[in-house]
Amino acid sequence: MNIHEYQAKRLFTEHGIPVPTGAVAASAQQAAEVARASGAQRWVVKAQIYAGGRGDGHFAGRETGAGGIRFADSLAQLERDAADMLGNTLLTEQTGPGGREVEHVYVEEACEVERELYLSMLVDRETSRVTLIASARGGIDIEKVAVDSPSAIHKLAIDPRDGLHEAAARSCIAKLRLEPGQEAEAARIAVALYGMFTELDASLIEINPLAIVRGGQMLALDAVIAFDDNALYRHEEIRALRDEAELRVGELAASHHGLNYIKLDGNIGCVASGAGMAMATVDAVCLLGGKPANFLDVPPDAPVDRIKDACKLLLADPDVQSILVNVFGGGIMRCDHFADGILLANREVPLKVPMVVRLSGTNATLGRQRLRDSGPDVVFAGDLAEAARQAVSAASDTRLLERKSWWRRTQQLLQRG
Amino acid sequence: MAILVDAQTKVICQGMTGRQGTFYAEQAMGAGTNMVGGVTPGKGGTRHLGLPVFNTVADAMAETGADASVVFVPRQSAAAAIDEAIAAGMPLIVCVTERIPVLDVVRIKRRLEDSQSRLIGPNCPGIITPGECKIGIMPTDIFQPGRIGIVSRAGTLTYEAVAQTTAQRLGQSTCVGIGADPVQGMSFVDCLELFMADDATAGVVLIGEIGGVAEEQAAEYLKTHPSGKPVTAYIAGQFAPAGRRMGHAGAVIQHGLGDAASKIRALKGAGVHIAESPVTIGETMARALTGRGV
Repeated sequence: MNIHEYQAKRLFTEHGIPVPTGAVAASAQQAAEVARASGAQRWVVKAQIYAGGRGDGHFAGRETGAGGIRFADSLAQLERDAADMLGNTLLTEQTGPGGREVEHVYVEEACEVERELYLSMLVDRETSRVTLIASARGGIDIEKVAVDSPSAIHKLAIDPRDGLHEAAARSCIAKLRLEPGQEAEAARIAVALYGMFTELDASLIEINPLAIVRGGQMLALDAVIAFDDNALYRHEEIRALRDEAELRVGELAASHHGLNYIKLDGNIGCVASGAGMAMATVDAVCLLGGKPANFLDVPPDAPVDRIKDACKLLLADPDVQSILVNVFGGGIMRCDHFADGILLANREVPLKVPMVVRLSGTNATLGRQRLRDSGPDVVFAGDLAEAARQAVSAASDTRLLERKSWWRRTQQLLQRG
Repeated sequence: MAILVDAQTKVICQGMTGRQGTFYAEQAMGAGTNMVGGVTPGKGGTRHLGLPVFNTVADAMAETGADASVVFVPRQSAAAAIDEAIAAGMPLIVCVTERIPVLDVVRIKRRLEDSQSRLIGPNCPGIITPGECKIGIMPTDIFQPGRIGIVSRAGTLTYEAVAQTTAQRLGQSTCVGIGADPVQGMSFVDCLELFMADDATAGVVLIGEIGGVAEEQAAEYLKTHPSGKPVTAYIAGQFAPAGRRMGHAGAVIQHGLGDAASKIRALKGAGVHIAESPVTIGETMARALTGRGV
């Protein structure tokens, strides 16, 4: 789970990490008010979206205009900038082509920056440790620094038994070659970062830049925090920060249902049980020249209602021209449950396109029987190879589609009698 | 022979009296597993599924001589259950439980370094030596005793590899689902080491997926420890959309590793036979074996 910069900065303050004075605003007028109240002479206005690269981004329909981070020398200019951002869609290299609508701006006192550092913390899968990452080359594209001059990136894997003490943090920060007072302050911030990371079950905290401003003070000018979804159950205060407006509509529905759904630009609706199996399904379709309309993983412990919700996402998607269901039952995922989910979905959103169903493993025969007895018109495939082939050819063969719709119309007419 | 578990392995189930624990303990016994007891705090001295129930893992080990434990405990208490098994000196711990907070697993992983215990999982299907011992949640009937070792980071995709090696009449020596969490107990490398030393294993199927560097580490191991046994790999996610992401630290630390292309390149470089599609895993393994005249 991600949070906004203004929320992250509030958490920073609570955990002893210094940030510039600032406040959040939902309207241009409010932005001017909080700016006036701050007593500063110069401000920075920052669009609040869940994505980086805001400064280099642009707003939809204005490819050459200013981005989502702007400096203002007067209240009038600040109000104009806030009005320009609010309600509009910001596109950055991290938002994807759809961009993100700006609902809040963060107004902050602008600082005179003398030096920009980089500090972050995450769980490093390679060492299975929480790891501190520090660089003297903050502010700029840190990923590029990592590629071009890896020696400018310093890492410290933290032993969970010992935690992070100031001395250890300092040994890592020393590589940034700061003045002694600044080195001590950066080490103190790193220790605070670790305390915050473990207390809140974060999965990532990033400060880029950690600025040394005029007068020598150290301030976190940006704040990115992501939390471990699996630990949210024990952090009610973090769950309350979730901004549902930031999730795309289909993805929001999916996240409510505990599904893992990503919309893609093809025409073959894919659903599988288990993330690896879902990726393999998309791979199999693509290797045959097909184009998946989505990635959708139904967790193996999903109840029938959730399976129904997953199937409805595909049935309701106007881009979908064929559907591939790939389920290997095992553990608590039983094929007959999945079949029931399909049947319930079909009752609410009737199937209009060819559906290819591959059921293997636990209760596969029973699942196929359920679909055969009371289900919509589906095609069964014995394995993933056959299923992918059928789904790809159904999506590309419009004659089959026509035949299907003809068949369906006939069925409907017969039913109406 | 097989790796880690066989007909002699004595298994206890932590959380056996719960709904899931009951279901899977029964299934395991049906698959021939030598279940010797269960652990549920407060229920020591009772019996469940015809087996003795103990209050602690230490009690269960002392009474039954168990050398493996499967953890079927809700995620809120799963980390504590694993901790208890490590403290008792349990040689093999299998944790099926999903969605355990990653920092809990980081802490457990550190404790394992100072112990003699091995952990499979969490968030994994478990381990099976077909016909001898099943500790986990895999559907039993797709397995066939045989000569392929399978190690997989994906959950249900493991079954795909099993079904295809069974269809090719190769069968499996042992199949280990190590789980897909960012931090986990046994790694690909740990399992490869055991498979390479196992006489019953003629070849190994490795199922990986995008993210992390476990596959690259496996490739590095295979390169530096040539064994003569063919390895086949499939990496899921070649066509996965680039996820939206926050921040840069993940990319900074992975320095260009982690995507399917990087993993496939590394594995190819180590002489691994790559199954391009998830539907050709069994076929690729069979061809690799024939190629070596095994």
